[in-house]
Amino acid sequence: MIKTQKPNSGAHIGAKTSVSKIMWQVVLALMPATAFGLWCFGWPALNLFIITVASALFFEAFCIRLSGRLAIPVLMDGSALLTGWLLAMTLPPFAPWWIGVVGSGLAIILGKQVYGGLGQNLFNPAMLARVALLISFPIEMTTFVDVSPLFFSHSPGFIDSFNITFAGLSPTDARVGATTLGYIKTEFSQHHLLSDILKDYSGTLNMIGWTRGSLGETSTVLLAFGGVWLLRQGIIQWFIPVSLLLTVALLASVFHLWDSEHYASPWLHLNSGALMCVAFFIATDYVTSPNTPAGQLVFGAGCGLLIYVIRTWGAYPEGAGFAVLLMNAATPLIDHYIHPRIYGRDRKGKPLEISKS
Amino acid sequence: MYVLSAIVCLTLLGLFLGLLLGIAGKYLKVESSPIVDELESLLPGSQCGQCGFPGCRPAAEALAEGKATATLCPPGGSVLAEQIATLLGLELDLSTVKEPELLVARVSEATCTGCTRCFKVCPTDAIVGAPKQIHAVVADACIGCKKCVEVCPTECLQMHPIEVTLRNWRWNKPKPLFADNAEGNALC
Amino acid sequence: MLSFFSKPRIQGGVHAEQHKDATAHQPIVYSFPLPKKLYIPLQQHVGKPAEPLIRVGDKVLKGQLLAYSQGMISAPVHAPSSGVIVDVNDYPAPHPSALPIRMIVLETDGNDEWVKLCPPEDPFLLEPEDISLRVGAAGIVGLGGATFPTAVKLNMGRENHIDTLIINGAECEPYLSCDDRLMQECAAQIIDGVRLMLHGMRTERAVVAIEDNKPAAYQAMQAAALPYPSIEVRQIPTRYPMGWDRQLIRYVTGKEVPVGCRSSEVGVTIHNVGTAQAVHKAIRLGQPLVSRVVTVSGGAVSKPMNVLVPLGTLISELFAYCQVDAAHTARIIMGGPMMGDALPHTGLPTVKATSGVLALSAPELKDSAEQPCIRCASCVTVCPAGLRPVDMANNIRINQLDVAVDLGLKDCISCGCCSYICPSNIPLVQYFKYASGAVAARQQAQHKSEQTKRLMDDRNARMERIARQQLEEEQARIAAKAERERLKAEQESVA
Repeated sequence: MIKTQKPNSGAHIGAKTSVSKIMWQVVLALMPATAFGLWCFGWPALNLFIITVASALFFEAFCIRLSGRLAIPVLMDGSALLTGWLLAMTLPPFAPWWIGVVGSGLAIILGKQVYGGLGQNLFNPAMLARVALLISFPIEMTTFVDVSPLFFSHSPGFIDSFNITFAGLSPTDARVGATTLGYIKTEFSQHHLLSDILKDYSGTLNMIGWTRGSLGETSTVLLAFGGVWLLRQGIIQWFIPVSLLLTVALLASVFHLWDSEHYASPWLHLNSGALMCVAFFIATDYVTSPNTPAGQLVFGAGCGLLIYVIRTWGAYPEGAGFAVLLMNAATPLIDHYIHPRIYGRDRKGKPLEISKS
Repeated sequence: MYVLSAIVCLTLLGLFLGLLLGIAGKYLKVESSPIVDELESLLPGSQCGQCGFPGCRPAAEALAEGKATATLCPPGGSVLAEQIATLLGLELDLSTVKEPELLVARVSEATCTGCTRCFKVCPTDAIVGAPKQIHAVVADACIGCKKCVEVCPTECLQMHPIEVTLRNWRWNKPKPLFADNAEGNALC
Repeated sequence: MLSFFSKPRIQGGVHAEQHKDATAHQPIVYSFPLPKKLYIPLQQHVGKPAEPLIRVGDKVLKGQLLAYSQGMISAPVHAPSSGVIVDVNDYPAPHPSALPIRMIVLETDGNDEWVKLCPPEDPFLLEPEDISLRVGAAGIVGLGGATFPTAVKLNMGRENHIDTLIINGAECEPYLSCDDRLMQECAAQIIDGVRLMLHGMRTERAVVAIEDNKPAAYQAMQAAALPYPSIEVRQIPTRYPMGWDRQLIRYVTGKEVPVGCRSSEVGVTIHNVGTAQAVHKAIRLGQPLVSRVVTVSGGAVSKPMNVLVPLGTLISELFAYCQVDAAHTARIIMGGPMMGDALPHTGLPTVKATSGVLALSAPELKDSAEQPCIRCASCVTVCPAGLRPVDMANNIRINQLDVAVDLGLKDCISCGCCSYICPSNIPLVQYFKYASGAVAARQQAQHKSEQTKRLMDDRNARMERIARQQLEEEQARIAAKAERERLKAEQESVA
């Protein structure tokens, strides 16, 4: 007679997935855009990236130890790495080291662990940190540099990079400026028209990512590539990215057609700021987005709407962080009202009428 | 002048409203707190005294006055605690409620003398029998109050846990995550 | 993409790894050696247990009635072989708890001698009611695993007008292939059984639904059904749990069975292919249900196979025959790996519901290291019943059972899709089974406390009545005494 241990309930077999596999696949999808960003902005960006990710891991380990558990297995799930990674991608590449450390601390401690750790947080940790940093340190968070790729003569060298990251030496004024969206916002305030403002604007360069911007958010193409790969892998569903991008594109088209001198084209909107990164990697965060396809469509559309509204009429040039946080707050509400219909019941949960044909 | 008239007006208003409240208090008075009756109707009513009060009515009064917690009644278990908490609008931490280990009395046939003392004290008529006949306990009706055990002269009544059969076997609750390593917490 | 907007015919479900190849390509083995002892539970069906009518020491023949059905929903039990009854007592049940239930123990004599069978000459001349009676007397229950007495279902079918009889050949559980083999090898018998059931329910149309991963079975069944235009054989997509009766009904007919209703109320009834074959045997040959085809498979089985075994065969004997490697057996499962029950040991008998017995090795099992829920909502996506397992489990974890019930706990079919897909290995189904049990226990406790109160009120009323009566008697006695004394005094005064 063969005996086995205490009975478990089914299912006894399972799909070959795990939390860490999902996280690592997301990291893999981020790889091209990150690598491109790191190359574009050189050593200082790499310093900042490593500091941010390392401090995210450190804060996670610290919190886990504080709760009396072993840190290594929890770190292995990759969620802290991903949070740090995403945060680093949203930072200006030449930001000083403490921006990364403070940001990671905000993201991991305030954004995740105070709620009870993985899966319990209401807001996306990376976006929470980004918004908190943006409000607290507006100068550091809006100083963007020109593209200065690794090993190019005018780029800061390995040694210079330490001065930029750790000593806070800012690069020469000629090489810093605002992102496209920021530039448009400033020029609008001086009553310039779009056709003047965008004389030097190249949509193609922006799409590739050869432009001023956050560390990993510049390359629309590579971010979209990673996102589509995630879709193919079944890690994320199409509902949020499609509804988000479609909402932004639709709104931008309508207003652009109505008044092309005051409202930027959908092409510009899709290729600038954090839009692609948010659509594929931030808004699709499982923990803070709704559970159902319909809910996700609403969530994505809400994000898109808020992004467009803040970009166009708000005080900030980019509203992705705020939009995501606001919709995160609405997620429990969306989940409460939009849920699947139970078999044999109507939407309100009452049993169906017998339909005998 | 204005100040005076304002003072007069407000004083009159205050006196009038006060009078109204007084009248309402006298004529619309609630005779006794119905909450005690409601609580008593929830409690098992077996007057077993396991809560530390002399009976179910005193326990209900103590609950209404806030002198007892919703989890006071061991035979009622978590079901009763939940009902009481809902009625009184209390926060309830169910983790502190120990599900009562349900015991039922059983007659050992070898020593029963048929003295009928046990079924006279049984509050739910769960013991059947006749003088000089061996008695038996109807397990479904037994509430485990142990009154019969106390009066039995031959100690033939014993409390036994309810037998687990396929009919009342239930799945366990899965162990919560981190249940093992939450203990031995070094820092908190 | 647009399927989101239209009314879906399939909701949720998972593409589970099949693992059927180990057994699906070899014929059913009919040469299983007759065990020395058979342990036959008196309850192998939904409803009331059967009542034994034999005594220890009786000699019985194969197919002889051992226990008769009692009550409306019940099924009789027959001797799976000839021999002597050696015990009627409590033995461990084939259930995760292995708690004892009543069983008849039959010591076989090796002759396997049938009792005299009396099949009708032409069953289609029988009244439909007779078909039900014979099916009921043969002890046939739903062989797909639900074990609902088939005769009761046929009766319900006759009472409600059924326009479609669905024959469930989906066999969506991984590893299992007994229905697949049965359809390949006994297609004619199954189709005959379907025709008999149609006759028994006065129904015109039958649809045999077979998942499209069983092309051989589909072809065999289609060939067998060719002469009968009333029987349609149809392929359905391979997707677990396609064999869930309500999912299949929706897919085949487009009708949704309302919660709390039986499928017959919407004009559909559903039977398993194995049941159809059992009906054929019962009506054409007069044989009661005494054996069934069981899939023995899993990583620890050296010779996986589909094998015909007499009911009551111990799993240990079945495993010995299929050369199960005890050292590599991590879990023993009765049924499929999605919905089947893990058994604590192999000293348990096979019953009418046993479609398969699996001995899974550790690498085949789902990793049990649980991680925090990341709200990925995979469980919501795969739930065929349209529930939100993540929210239900979270509420059950903090003992909010009422909220879980409001979220649809009672509509959960324990299909295991959510547990299967969960990347955090959360035992969702176990949460739901626990909560269902806890809710039932709570209702029982409430019922008992109400009953206690009633009993106590009755007793108090009785005590009061007795006290009052005693008081009245006492008063009457005193009054009578006073009267007597008064009379006495009067007499004395007169004197």
